[in-house]
Amino acid sequence: MFTYDDDQADALFRALADRTRRDILRRVLAGEHSVSSLAAKYEMSFAAVQKHVAVLERAGLLTKRREGRKALATGEVEALRTVGALLSELEEVWRGRVARIDDLLAMEAETNNQNAQQRDPEE
Amino acid sequence: MPVTNVVHDTERLSLTITAEFAAPIERIWALYADPRQLERVFGPPSHPATFVEHELRVGGVSKYFMTGPEGEKYHGVWTITAVDEPNAFSFEDGFADESFVVNQDMPVSQCTYSFEAIAAGTRATFVSTYASAEALQQVLDMGIVEGASSAINQIDSFLSAA
Repeated sequence: MFTYDDDQADALFRALADRTRRDILRRVLAGEHSVSSLAAKYEMSFAAVQKHVAVLERAGLLTKRREGRKALATGEVEALRTVGALLSELEEVWRGRVARIDDLLAMEAETNNQNAQQRDPEE
Repeated sequence: MPVTNVVHDTERLSLTITAEFAAPIERIWALYADPRQLERVFGPPSHPATFVEHELRVGGVSKYFMTGPEGEKYHGVWTITAVDEPNAFSFEDGFADESFVVNQDMPVSQCTYSFEAIAAGTRATFVSTYASAEALQQVLDMGIVEGASSAINQIDSFLSAA
């Protein structure tokens, strides 16, 4: 489990206090991205995106590795999570699933009703 | 609200979700027995699931993958360990490679889904137990970034409200 001291917490919140950085973090949490492919997503210079990536890296929110000439960035999910937070995230996933089951059942009930109504006048 | 209870057990690393559905128990069972219906509810909209094999019998395996927004795929295999139609089934959920060979180095999670007929329809209890915090982490990483994104969105709305 991760605990933060005050300096780390400061770095974390500073890193997250910027819309572009939060957007970059969202992308790298979903999977590894090259810094150049990230840069292509924003209307700002490559150097500016590189700086944002560096701030996230210093805050421990992402790690970089090199592959040939490419710098690849991955989100460090652990930095944001404790076991409790992990379970909360999983709970959200389940709430989504349960809502989708509900939707599916409701759609089916509606179709059955419509079919019943269409049949009724004939009877 | 369909979710009626949630229990987080941080010691055992398990999550128990209880939900009630306005449909008979056989209907809920059918949803889990039919891969086409199951894939409509399993993955979040950002990461739809595809079940290429699915059979609810003891020893049966379910092979599925989830596809992320950038086309990335995450493969998983369920090994069915118990079936008591239409009341309950249990399985081990493991990570797999592209050809659905289970990765033995990765942790498996134990899952039991049980159903009970009630006046309003069906009460479903979904229990997932993870071997370690890392296992739980992996599950969330595997295309289940819905939660991670929503956590960040919460930070977003918190900051924009400030």
